[in-house]
Amino acid sequence: MITATALTKKYKDFAAVDGIDFEVAPGESFGLLGPNGAGKSTTMRMVGAVSTRTSGELSILGLDPNEHGPEIRSQLGVVPQTDNLDTELRVRDNLIVYGRYFGLPRSTVTKRADELLEFAQLTEKSKAKVDDLSGGMKRRLTIARALINEPRILLLDEPTTGLDPQARHILWDRLFRLKEQGTTLVLTTHYMDEAEQLCDRLVVVDKGQIMAEGAPSALIREHSSKEVLEVRFGSDRNEGAAAKLDGLGRLEVLPDRILVYSDNGEASLAEVIKRGLEPITSLVRRSSLEDVFLRLTGRSLVE
Amino acid sequence: MTTTPTSGSRTARWGAWYVAEHKLRTMRGYIGTTIATGIGTPFLYLFAFGVGLATLITQNVGPTPDITYLQFVAPALLASAAVLVAMEEYTFGILLGLKWNPTYVAMNAAPISPRQIVDGVMIFVLMRMVMTTVIYFLVMLVFGAIDSASGVFTIAAGLLAGFAFAPVAAYSATIEEDRGQFAVLQRTVILPLTLFSGTVFPLTQLPVFLQWIGWLSPLWHASELGRQFSYGPTEPIWLTVIHVVYLVGLGVLGWQLCVRKVARRLNK
Repeated sequence: MITATALTKKYKDFAAVDGIDFEVAPGESFGLLGPNGAGKSTTMRMVGAVSTRTSGELSILGLDPNEHGPEIRSQLGVVPQTDNLDTELRVRDNLIVYGRYFGLPRSTVTKRADELLEFAQLTEKSKAKVDDLSGGMKRRLTIARALINEPRILLLDEPTTGLDPQARHILWDRLFRLKEQGTTLVLTTHYMDEAEQLCDRLVVVDKGQIMAEGAPSALIREHSSKEVLEVRFGSDRNEGAAAKLDGLGRLEVLPDRILVYSDNGEASLAEVIKRGLEPITSLVRRSSLEDVFLRLTGRSLVE
Repeated sequence: MTTTPTSGSRTARWGAWYVAEHKLRTMRGYIGTTIATGIGTPFLYLFAFGVGLATLITQNVGPTPDITYLQFVAPALLASAAVLVAMEEYTFGILLGLKWNPTYVAMNAAPISPRQIVDGVMIFVLMRMVMTTVIYFLVMLVFGAIDSASGVFTIAAGLLAGFAFAPVAAYSATIEEDRGQFAVLQRTVILPLTLFSGTVFPLTQLPVFLQWIGWLSPLWHASELGRQFSYGPTEPIWLTVIHVVYLVGLGVLGWQLCVRKVARRLNK
């Protein structure tokens, strides 16, 4: 569906996307995981055929976006990072107006608008003003709008950023349904849990480059230990304590806590206490993509 | 996998009209206000100028003495009304679509090209101007400001007046931050143009060193053009041709520039 080779986007001397390669297969759910400013949105705009690449190759649905922008866009659904619903129109009209942009007849558009309002759980809000919707509702409306042309690929740029946990879960549920129906999803996120929930495969991006690629579980297996022990000793005492944790496994000393990478977190915790250290709090958890990112870049995802 | 570029061909042909359709739909929200001002404004202006001020002004308005002040001023008022509508869309309308309520960004993510967006806006502005000027013309008839059938072409002159302000749309498309540029534009360009464009008094009444303002002003060209239709001819035909060429030229220039600016801005 999508093939990118040495894809690059430069703004003057700054390379926002610096030679990345990836492929997305039909029906796949593909993610770009990385911190803010990693080049995810820029990549999405290029894939969305609205931003011209500086160099490299890009093929979407077999077409070059430089040549066939409108044809490609007619088969995409786009959920941008910031909602750009028309606040001057009511909820349902937003869908209708947008559907017309794809050259769909009015009758088709109104029928689909009602179905999509149902899907987005917004039927009761169909006559509401956009500004009166909650953040989660606006997001669902934007997704509904992106589906009005029955796209072959759905692009989602940070779909749940800024939403409360409940709204995120509703949204994930909707996206999961689309995935089950076979829609190809491409999404960017800086939330590791989102990436783990929704992506079959992902690339970890940092500073415009791909750091790693694979299925979430494979990436974790490859770049992290099975479990992680998190211990806190207090902000100014973490460094000192870390010095005494030699040999326990790989350590990451963060400002607020120490992460101990180990295949048995409980055993490691017992060892920490045996060495005469008393953590204020301790937590044993499974490794996550956050740990993968930390390992690969030395920084955390959400700063 | 290859896809033949067939889908979206309807959009390739009709995209600009879809944009205009969208804009018209948003207008429905405040259609009452639009109609009320559309009818109210010409009544107020024609009454103030044509009935009020006209009692004081009984000579020196045109090349022939049988032209009343109302007849003189009406085509210019109609053109000003069209310009007002166009300016609203070319300033706030453009920046709204690019920034405040970025519908252009959303259109562009669909198969609509920047050119189609701008073309659609131009179509919409034309529709709005038609509504305004037709109402204006009807009110002019009520006041007896038109006494020849060719007077209906003052509407066309008005539409050209608004279109000639398209360079303003291109300028608006370059504005990243709103720092009151539109207010400055209004005060330093539009207002002087309105006052010194031979709208409410003949340009020849101005000292020669100020008359150039009128020659540059689309409003002067459009007002004079309208007057040729409503009670003219009062000038040589070549000058009438210049009015049309100047207005169309400015409009086309601004329109094409606007396409370029919007395209550049949307392709980040």
